[in-house]
Amino acid sequence: MRERLLLLRYVLAENPVNLVALLLLVLLLGCAAVGPALVPFDPIATETAVALQPPSALHWFGTDQLGRDVFSRVVVAARLDLAIAFAAVLLSMAVGAVIGASMGYFRGPLDTIGSRTTDVLMAFPLFVLAMGMVAALGNSVSSVVYATAVINLPFYIRLSRAEVSVRRSLGYIEAARVGGSGHARILRVFLLPNILPALVVQASVNLGWAVLNTAGLSFIGLGVRAPAPEWGIMVAEGAQFIVSGRWWIATFPGLALMLAVFCFNLLGDGLRDVVDPRTRT
Amino acid sequence: MGFLVGRLLGLVPTLAGVVVVTFVLTHLLPGDPAVFFANSVTADAATIAAVRQKLGLDLPLWQQFFVYVGQLAHGDLGQSISTGQPVAADLLQRLPASLELTLVAFAIAIAVALPLGIAAALRPGSLLDHVCRVLSTAGVSLPTFVSGLLLIYLLYYLLGWAPEPIGRIDPFAIMPPRITGLLLIDTLLAGDTEGFGMAARQIVLPAVTMALFALAPLARMTRAAMLGVLSSEFIRTARANGLRRRTIIVSYALRNALLPIVTTLGMIFSNMLGANVLVERVFAWPGVGSYALDSLISLDYAPVQGFMLVMAGIFVLVNFVIDLLYAVIDPRTGLLTHA
Repeated sequence: MRERLLLLRYVLAENPVNLVALLLLVLLLGCAAVGPALVPFDPIATETAVALQPPSALHWFGTDQLGRDVFSRVVVAARLDLAIAFAAVLLSMAVGAVIGASMGYFRGPLDTIGSRTTDVLMAFPLFVLAMGMVAALGNSVSSVVYATAVINLPFYIRLSRAEVSVRRSLGYIEAARVGGSGHARILRVFLLPNILPALVVQASVNLGWAVLNTAGLSFIGLGVRAPAPEWGIMVAEGAQFIVSGRWWIATFPGLALMLAVFCFNLLGDGLRDVVDPRTRT
Repeated sequence: MGFLVGRLLGLVPTLAGVVVVTFVLTHLLPGDPAVFFANSVTADAATIAAVRQKLGLDLPLWQQFFVYVGQLAHGDLGQSISTGQPVAADLLQRLPASLELTLVAFAIAIAVALPLGIAAALRPGSLLDHVCRVLSTAGVSLPTFVSGLLLIYLLYYLLGWAPEPIGRIDPFAIMPPRITGLLLIDTLLAGDTEGFGMAARQIVLPAVTMALFALAPLARMTRAAMLGVLSSEFIRTARANGLRRRTIIVSYALRNALLPIVTTLGMIFSNMLGANVLVERVFAWPGVGSYALDSLISLDYAPVQGFMLVMAGIFVLVNFVIDLLYAVIDPRTGLLTHA
């Protein structure tokens, strides 16, 4: 543990970008956790008297067409967007790791069927598949979570299958088997913990995609519904005002979205350095 | 030849899977299609039952599946309720618009990303290298629908350089005779330079939006692959032998770095097909993405199904071409020895 901390400090000191990413993450999580309690205005309350005002000292990010405070909405939206992304990625990682590890461990028909299924999933452009799934499962937040989880699934399946395939014939697995451990125990105690670091790196990158995916879906009217504050919806609402020069409605949620994705991407790179220094580019 | 046939046969299970997934997804869709086709929610039970029978919805699911596959084999993707046209015809009519946009964006992305990545790899740590890194990290983080809107604000509203984002061509302009369906080519074939200019101006903004998003991973991969190759021993030897710099970079280094780059191209193409939906939405571009989206919103599912199939089909095809490219680029893969 102490060594890990030292390594962490080394990585942070060596590449200041990682520190920026960490601070961004803290900011985002802070917005999600306590944002709704701190924002100056009710994110849903409409007040048409002050509609479409440019950014000012009172309304930092201006107001939208219904007079809602854009700043409050952007901050509050972090909770929903991050919750969806985290839920989807965790679900995807848990299911994908078990399926992929079993495929790599047992091989045989299970592996063949699994690989074929992954190929089929990967044959769809991912966003298109997500669109179809949300339409099929019903237009709700939980559908977005499931759809995002499914489109990320192939990455975890392939990754954990490859990692387990390499390890299954190593000495310590052999030893565990000779020592009387069953298949389930070998997978649970010896294999899954060992492939976890690689999975976490993948998860960090996927979090960025998941946020993009969620916002993209709600931008086209799938999943989260207005009036809920959500970055994609806010951009969609602001889109019609861009051509008349009211830039603030779409720009600020767009920037928040970009910042979130940027943060997860940087974090993924940084984590990769910690977990596997050899692949540093 | 044997290789080609083998690869083509390998596509069959994937395509079959795609058809199954699309079928299952559409049959999970909410709402009773029969009520829809009967054209009124208040239609009595007998009408609905009749429509149901006519559409084959009373059959067991597996039989419906075979009916569906049979229709697919005839190129029949069903009927769109909102346009009243066969879905296949609708898609064919709109596909060129999407294709034109995607291809122009793809070309821009390659034209910018490859030189940038190579230049960055040649001088690691230089200003250009940092530009490349910032661009590639910011590019993947920027959602296409946000960057598109920002570009509209900047170039249309503030600077007035770009035309209004209202689709492929001015609604009052005369469309050129349809030959390929790609406006940029059709106008040139018709000798209509004014029309070409107009179409080109309209496509710049959406294409740049898509290219911005596509060039990030490409530049990054080019840089990484080139860096890897440039530090290898055969490059050192080539340098020591006094080969021209250009020869070393292009025919020695780039050729060897091309495999991972081409792999990335496939992934990027998939992402672009998905991003199409969003970009078309932002720029009111009349392509297949807008079509699928409009249908989805009006709960018209046959077009959505057709759209998913076509997108997956295109993507499978692109991957196939990339597989072939591997063999061309790197004879060591041995894929072409029997060709």
